[in-house]
Amino acid sequence: MPAVSKGDGMRGLAVFISDIRNCKSKEAEIKRINKELANIRSKFKGDKALDGYSKKKYVCKLLFIFLLGHDIDFGHMEAVNLLSSNKYTEKQIGYLFISVLVNSNSDLIRLINNAIKNDLSSRNPTFMNLALHCIANVGSREMAEAFAADVPRILVAGDTMDSVKQSAALCLLRLNRTSPDLIPMGEWTSRVVHLLNDQHLGVVTAATSLIITLAQKNPDDFKTSVSLAVARLSRIVTSASTDLQDYTYYFVAAPWLSVKLLRLLQCYPPPEDAAIRGRLTECLETILNKAQEPPKSKKVQHSNAKNAVLFEAISLIIHHDSEPTLLVRACNQLGQFLQHRETNLRYLALESMCTLASSEFSHEAVKTHIETVINALKTERDVSVRQRAVDLLYAMCDRSNAKQIVAEMLSYLETADYSIREEIVLKVAILAEKYAVEYTWYVDTILNLIRIAGDYVSEEVWYRVIQIVINRDDVQGYAAKTVFEALQAPACHENLVKVGGYILGEFGNLIAGDPRSSPLIQFNLLHSKFHLCSVPTRALLLSAYVKFINLFPEVKGTIQEVLRSDSQLRNADVELQQRAVEYLRLSCIASTDILATVLEEMPPFPERESSILAKLKKKKGSGTVSDVEDTRKERNTNVNGSTDHTTATTNTKPSPSSFVSDLLAAAPPPTNRPRPVPSSSILHMPLSPLSPQAYAVHSAAPLTPFYQVTSSPSSDLLGLGNSSAVNSGSPPAASNAASLLVDVFSESLPVAPLGTASAPIIEENFSRFVCKNNGVLYENQLLQIGLKSEFRQNLGRMYVFYGNKTSTQFLNFSASVVCHEPLNAQLNVHTKTADPVVDGGAQLQQILNIECLSDFVEAPVLNINFRYGGSVQNIAVRLPVTLNKFFQPTEMMSQDFFQRWKQLSDPQQEVQKIFKAKHSMDTEITKAKIIGFGTALLDGVDPNPSNFVGAGVIHTKTIQVGCLLRLEPNTQAQMYRLTLRTSRGSVSQRLCDLLSEQF
Amino acid sequence: MIKAILIFNNHGKPRLIRFYQYFAEDMQQQIIRETFHLVSKRDDNVCNFLEGGSLIGGSDYKLIYRHYATLYFVFCVDSSESELGILDLIQVSVIIVNVCFHVQVFVETLDKCFENVCELDLIFHMDKVHYILQEVVMGGMVLETNMNEIVAQVELQNRMEKSEGGLSAAPARAVSAVKNMNLPEIPRNINIGDINIKVPSLSPF
Repeated sequence: MPAVSKGDGMRGLAVFISDIRNCKSKEAEIKRINKELANIRSKFKGDKALDGYSKKKYVCKLLFIFLLGHDIDFGHMEAVNLLSSNKYTEKQIGYLFISVLVNSNSDLIRLINNAIKNDLSSRNPTFMNLALHCIANVGSREMAEAFAADVPRILVAGDTMDSVKQSAALCLLRLNRTSPDLIPMGEWTSRVVHLLNDQHLGVVTAATSLIITLAQKNPDDFKTSVSLAVARLSRIVTSASTDLQDYTYYFVAAPWLSVKLLRLLQCYPPPEDAAIRGRLTECLETILNKAQEPPKSKKVQHSNAKNAVLFEAISLIIHHDSEPTLLVRACNQLGQFLQHRETNLRYLALESMCTLASSEFSHEAVKTHIETVINALKTERDVSVRQRAVDLLYAMCDRSNAKQIVAEMLSYLETADYSIREEIVLKVAILAEKYAVEYTWYVDTILNLIRIAGDYVSEEVWYRVIQIVINRDDVQGYAAKTVFEALQAPACHENLVKVGGYILGEFGNLIAGDPRSSPLIQFNLLHSKFHLCSVPTRALLLSAYVKFINLFPEVKGTIQEVLRSDSQLRNADVELQQRAVEYLRLSCIASTDILATVLEEMPPFPERESSILAKLKKKKGSGTVSDVEDTRKERNTNVNGSTDHTTATTNTKPSPSSFVSDLLAAAPPPTNRPRPVPSSSILHMPLSPLSPQAYAVHSAAPLTPFYQVTSSPSSDLLGLGNSSAVNSGSPPAASNAASLLVDVFSESLPVAPLGTASAPIIEENFSRFVCKNNGVLYENQLLQIGLKSEFRQNLGRMYVFYGNKTSTQFLNFSASVVCHEPLNAQLNVHTKTADPVVDGGAQLQQILNIECLSDFVEAPVLNINFRYGGSVQNIAVRLPVTLNKFFQPTEMMSQDFFQRWKQLSDPQQEVQKIFKAKHSMDTEITKAKIIGFGTALLDGVDPNPSNFVGAGVIHTKTIQVGCLLRLEPNTQAQMYRLTLRTSRGSVSQRLCDLLSEQF
Repeated sequence: MIKAILIFNNHGKPRLIRFYQYFAEDMQQQIIRETFHLVSKRDDNVCNFLEGGSLIGGSDYKLIYRHYATLYFVFCVDSSESELGILDLIQVSVIIVNVCFHVQVFVETLDKCFENVCELDLIFHMDKVHYILQEVVMGGMVLETNMNEIVAQVELQNRMEKSEGGLSAAPARAVSAVKNMNLPEIPRNINIGDINIKVPSLSPF
């Protein structure tokens, strides 16, 4: 027994721990801990210097308290003191404390780094190891900066001990992972590769780990490691296990090193040198052969170690994807594991086989295991394993087995764990579409999907089925019949109602000949679900109803009755109310031809990547799940640095958005009617921008106030409402479509409320910004738009803040600025693209850079589009960029003022306005307004002290316009007279108009 | 890379935690709870791998764990680690912890005993367990897998402690001291069965 000199002290720790364990309640525990913390604090702060041993004990107690989940905010200093102790045990606990309770206090870090530096140069291997451990465990940038030079030097120095080399290799690896930019490659690089030849297997293992990471980033610099790794691997694999004494683990020679070497080889393509390649193939064959040999031990460790190597060898074979015989052998081996009694092996086999399925050489071989995999799906007790089975079924699916696999997945879905249902739904939807031979089967599958797991069917899935039905003539009748039957169920999922409403609205006529599904029956069926549905679904149903009016004139009366009811016309939801009002109006006043044109059948959707696939990629990251045929390509790009995450996400974003806008462009007549060519061209262009004329014609429509709250459903109906494309240039066809639309309405409808194809421009707060630059421009129940702006000479910068007032995300958010003729030649507004997603409660900032080219009258329009819940919101706000913003104030004396005033005596140069005061005539407020308007306020110029006089220069890129103003209040009459004189009549007029609104 | 090593008991009480990536303290505790929740609801005899919880990185990370009588050993790893390899590493660590704590207590020990772990060892010698683990995992990377080498390193530590007149005997003493205390959960899983290997010469492993 060793000396007990201070051993008793640790009893203090043991007693403390026992106390804690004996605490009967959480409160008692916290009390005991607080007592101890107070004790330690007082000890640390006390006058009496603590000896190293006591410090060690207290630090140990702090670690224990930290483990229990209590924050420790002191003791770091004592720990740092322990670092500089010469006693190993004290140093050790100091380092432990610092690695576990990492602290970012910079003074502390400097002290820690000093201590580490001392230990690194101590030449005491134990101390060096402690220091290297600490660097690796903390791995901060500060440490990387401090030791970027030392660690590589220690690693390759000839006299470094093996154990230190090992630590140095991993330490360097860690620093390289956290701050690769701080660890430059150097002459140590080539020497690191040669560590693969080191005598000490521990050093080789650590070096291999390091080289794997380095080679992933700089494959060319480490090419030579391939031949060395193959040689090393070959020696391990073919050696009798006794050769590698210590590193033989349960009769398997150096399993860890083998795994690492096989991983390293996966950073590179198959070796080009035939000899090396042959040697590697031999190794892989040997590993596969060994799997067939009877086990040398019954212990699980033996089989684990052996199989760890085997799985890594199979990964390498799959990665190389060049040796058909090896691939098939690998597949057979995995097939054996699929039935193994060890769950872990079944799990790993399913996982590996997933990657194997994408190889052309082994795809067929993988398919032979389909029954086993399906069986796994049904019988595995462990959800992790079942999930792997789903992944594998997805990967091995092709046209030949799609029906079977989809059917199995559907039946599994009924009992699947909630956590993986959505993923399965997406997978089924993708497979059903991808491998559909008959589209009837596809429609059945998706409807089944909605029936079984409606809650997990995301929007993309039901959008997609509609997209496909619209695009395929041959399936439309079947789809209508099927949804009609599915809707018969007393309780249907809302998603089914959506699909049903949409499809019957488009293609209900195809089944109307059957008396069992006559128009009235169809309508009643849909309407029986109406009251159980959410607002977006109801809105969709209303659109379906108006389509019915066109498809089936015989039910027009019934539907009008429904639309006219108070629950629709006076619905609390503005969207529903608006739809009801407009649809009812449309059905009353429009002629049959107009109805047929407006409510024409949807044009086919443009073909594009399935949005479902994009969603699945987004959900899982394309590395794990991807389009079956894409997998190989993606895996290859994965070899050196994975980049496909980014591509996956960039793919996903655009498609759902355009998809939604396509869907919202809904509006069709029956197929049996010939399609009028010109109007279909309108509907082919759901995203076409509006010409300014179309705007101008209809912006004064009688329903305007009505529209100010939300988007205009009629614009959805016409497929023209999505002004997100306004900034996307103006293709010539656009104005055609718009003017055509204008023609349609101007010919037949004296009042054309429905022609208002975009949200009206909101101007209510516009004039408030003439004399100020910051504030709230617009606000409704969803969105708040705030402004902050600054102007200098002819340039301005405006910060627009979009605040999401809801708790739900805004999706596909876009905000663009439009300058109509002739403003686009007078003002440049450069917009930075806004982030497409605004989180609930969050605020998004957009910066507008403005340049004034010449004087102007109109103000630009800010168009905002986003999706909130199911509906697209369009808002157009007049942006308060007014001519006076480009004022520079000019101070001048009375004499100068009147001299210039006289110079500007041309009648066109002067504009005068007499108007009634709208606000109280407070002198101070008036002064502030004139200064806010941008001119200098000149005191003592006007002989009458109650008058106001101002002067300034408007800066534009092309010209500068000097400007003088005079405001004469008449308090008795509550009137003002405003006079403006500038060198340009148009400027005088505009400024006068702007300023006169302010008083 | 190993992102974290979490050891907690059947009630979710942490016994040793080690994060190799920075997480704030309260986040560490949340991760422990989440991981415990994921792992503890699983039956024994199911597979030892599962996808990581959302806090620790989701499906890009795997939890590889072993459940001993009263303790869960969970390693959270990324895809660069071999699952079976890590699984064995857990076993190696447990064996070494046992060797280091009980070699003096039971001069002759046995394979079976070493395949389990005593919770009290972890509680009362948290620091020692950290040191042992440090010889196996460094900064999230596997440092050494050779048991003899690890044991040699730990013994070297012990010798240095002894030479400093420190704590070398403390583990054994503390265990025996604690045995006489009135503790709620005395482990019942250390049974001494048939003896077929000798420690520290571990070559038969």
